[in-house]
Amino acid sequence: MIDHTLIEMFQKTVGVENVFTDKADRLTYSYDAAVLDPVIPALAVRPTNGEALGQVISLCYKHGLPLTVRGAGTNLSGGTIPDATGVVVVTNGLNKILEINEPDMYAVVQPGVVTARLAAAAEARGLFYPPDPGSQAVSTIGGNVAENAGGLRGLKYGVTRDYVMGIEFFDAAGDIVKTGSKTVKCATGYNLTGLLVGSEGTLGVFNEITVKLIPLPVRQKAMVAVFDQLDKASETVAAIIADRIIPATLEIMDNVTIRAVEAYTHVGLPVDAAALLLIEVDGHPAQTEEDAEKVEALCRKMGAASIRVARNAGERDGVWAARRSALSALAKLKPTLVLEDATVPRSKIPAMVKALEDISRAHDILIGTFGHAGDGNLHPTILTDRRDKAEWHRVESAIEAIFDKALALGGTLSGEHGTGIAKAGFLEKETSAATIRYSRQIKRALDSKSILNPGKIIGD
Amino acid sequence: MASIHTLTTQMKELEDQLVVCMRCGMCQSVCPVFEQTGRESDVARGKLALLDGLMQEMFQDPEGIYERLNKCLLCGSCQANCPSGVSALEIFMKARAVLTGYMGLSPAKKAVLRGMLAHPGIFDRFMEWGARFQNLFTRPVNDVLGTSCARVMSPLIGERHFVPLAAEPFHRQIPSLRTEPGSSGIRVAFYVGCLLDKIFPRVATAALDVLRHHEIGVFLPAGQACCGIPAISSGDMKTFNRLVRHNVKLFESEPVDVILTACATCTSTIKEVWPRMMRDSSPDIMKSVESIAEKTQDISQFIVKALGLTPPADSTGGANCVTYHDPCHLKKSLGISKEPRTLIQSSANTRLIEMNEADKCCGMGGSFNLQYYEISRSIGRLKRENIINSGCSTVATSCPACMLQLSDMLSRSGDRVTVKHAIEIYSESLKSNGHAI
Repeated sequence: MIDHTLIEMFQKTVGVENVFTDKADRLTYSYDAAVLDPVIPALAVRPTNGEALGQVISLCYKHGLPLTVRGAGTNLSGGTIPDATGVVVVTNGLNKILEINEPDMYAVVQPGVVTARLAAAAEARGLFYPPDPGSQAVSTIGGNVAENAGGLRGLKYGVTRDYVMGIEFFDAAGDIVKTGSKTVKCATGYNLTGLLVGSEGTLGVFNEITVKLIPLPVRQKAMVAVFDQLDKASETVAAIIADRIIPATLEIMDNVTIRAVEAYTHVGLPVDAAALLLIEVDGHPAQTEEDAEKVEALCRKMGAASIRVARNAGERDGVWAARRSALSALAKLKPTLVLEDATVPRSKIPAMVKALEDISRAHDILIGTFGHAGDGNLHPTILTDRRDKAEWHRVESAIEAIFDKALALGGTLSGEHGTGIAKAGFLEKETSAATIRYSRQIKRALDSKSILNPGKIIGD
Repeated sequence: MASIHTLTTQMKELEDQLVVCMRCGMCQSVCPVFEQTGRESDVARGKLALLDGLMQEMFQDPEGIYERLNKCLLCGSCQANCPSGVSALEIFMKARAVLTGYMGLSPAKKAVLRGMLAHPGIFDRFMEWGARFQNLFTRPVNDVLGTSCARVMSPLIGERHFVPLAAEPFHRQIPSLRTEPGSSGIRVAFYVGCLLDKIFPRVATAALDVLRHHEIGVFLPAGQACCGIPAISSGDMKTFNRLVRHNVKLFESEPVDVILTACATCTSTIKEVWPRMMRDSSPDIMKSVESIAEKTQDISQFIVKALGLTPPADSTGGANCVTYHDPCHLKKSLGISKEPRTLIQSSANTRLIEMNEADKCCGMGGSFNLQYYEISRSIGRLKRENIINSGCSTVATSCPACMLQLSDMLSRSGDRVTVKHAIEIYSESLKSNGHAI
């Protein structure tokens, strides 16, 4: 129970204006971007400095209050849906870029720094922070690290995990733990950084994050290949990788998505095409040219109906604007959108694409598929209306079918959206009973009162 | 007060629009209020969730929702950037109307909206009275901007530096006008709007000067009323309906193909808000409303198209440096951003320098500025910095409400930058070229 005295203590810690007790305010911290039922927390607080953040956690620990850390609330697996008896800790007030170190190529940030802001700040100094999740304009680095967020550049540049050098975080009691370093190499202690990345707020609360920056690539070249059969497109993806070419980005869009994007943007996409591949190679100018030529030749060999190479920055922007609008365009078709991200080994993309077509037909639901084909991370996007009970039931069984297929192909339930609540019940299918047990032992050992975002990833 | 059940039933009419929000949260990247406060209830996603909660009878006291709903500039930045295409402005306005219907208007708003705004004659007289006596309570503070501030502590004025009421409102200078077109062969109606009439008559004069210069005939009916935006923003459907009907009758009295305004907010209200919010009215008035909405244009949009103006290939040589601020209601609501720039670039001796974030809201938002001045001011200060960093000595825009905010922000910082309407710049350039206008 959170009584008046406790509320006053929170107010003293973070300031009266940063403690939200009204039901109306609490309701606005009851959801994230996942299609799940909201849960209204007992309290929400918004610390604006690290010290206050630590004290908030201590208070929660002392009083046994569950706490759910929330950045921009954009996650797609319910990781920020709180406990009804707990406290939501909003981190967007901790939004300082503490350091961008050019000689050593790293940045130190508070967890509430918006991803795109860090990327822009790095770019202004000729440096590159590659992870670019779809929500980067609002998502926070803290949230990205907690969810191990990916993005369009995963194929060549990896995901958030590959850029976290060190974390300073609070344990369940509110004490500071330090892991990692500002050095390229670091071989001391347990790899707690690895444990904390993707832990979805269940093992600690980030205070400062050190991320790796790399040199900005000099040249980019983008192209669009049009296919009259979906199979040909997905086989081309596998062929490019098999030829040892690693494009920065290798995206696919199926016909449902192409039509939706064209209806929305009128950029002149071929609406009769079965699939598009949107490809970008980057790096040293000579290497970029060579890779682009190879990719173009491969696309033709694999049966692309046509290929358009962007001749200038404007055309390149056009290619990516079309891709970035995919989700928006699909969202406009139906009231409810369920964005899945089951991921398979890259060579299994053709099989997965085929399976999605079958699942859509078998369950009589509309699925638009697009996504990061190059790294095996597709986004089958189910378009529905949650108020239609019968259809929603078919949607749920289709999601299970997608999970089963991805696992059967040696893949994973989630490439980049996290486990959260949405996939917690399915995790054992991907792993084993012992894995869940082992994970729960870790959780119990580090969070004996089970206050850190309980119920996420490994269930209760 | 109606029952809470009636309220939730009325809210259910918004259901189909509310379910469109998928809670992606992208509105956080563009909401000027959220940028300042970081509170979810200040951003569109939070407000839509609250309305959803109200619809599902999760609240017994809707006052808190009403308060949070009103903490919004209605700038439309969220709507313009929404991936799912949520009609946020329409939802917010309708919800304000439903909640106001449930709780009733506050006495102060009732006095202003129903006692004055709804009756153009009374409103005009009251403001003229104010113009006569305002010097007793205020004093000039910045001669370049023409701003004043309070002589003594005033709860209404606070620390604002405001552009005072004009000594003679526009409708006193030119009560009505009926001119025939010359060589252009075009005749238009001109809708003045409250702020141009009472605070910036010089902008209305400049607009008419430009129309006369290009031999465009003008129909300016006497007794024009407010476009209704202050009423609808306060959820006062009754006053809104009355004002719309009044204006519709006036502008239907003579056949014209085009109705011009020099106020971005009035233009977007007539074009976007009238047809949507009058939707349930009788078919007769709806036909007129839709026809007027169709005909209404921003003055720069019209001039640029009618005269076939194109931006000069090189306008870097002009001595007068002007930067342009996009009013939300022009760019985000109506997609008009090129035309006012073309108008400025077509003005002699003028070069346009873009400021950073030219289309970011200035933080005015009408009554928002009265209710949340500190937030409005911190948003406005960002705009002021961008204006100053452009290095220009003039900032132009297309909305008198923005002009008020920009003047306040610049004046409070002691800047000597003039604030003008784009049509003023064009009109002045015609004059300086020795044209008889």
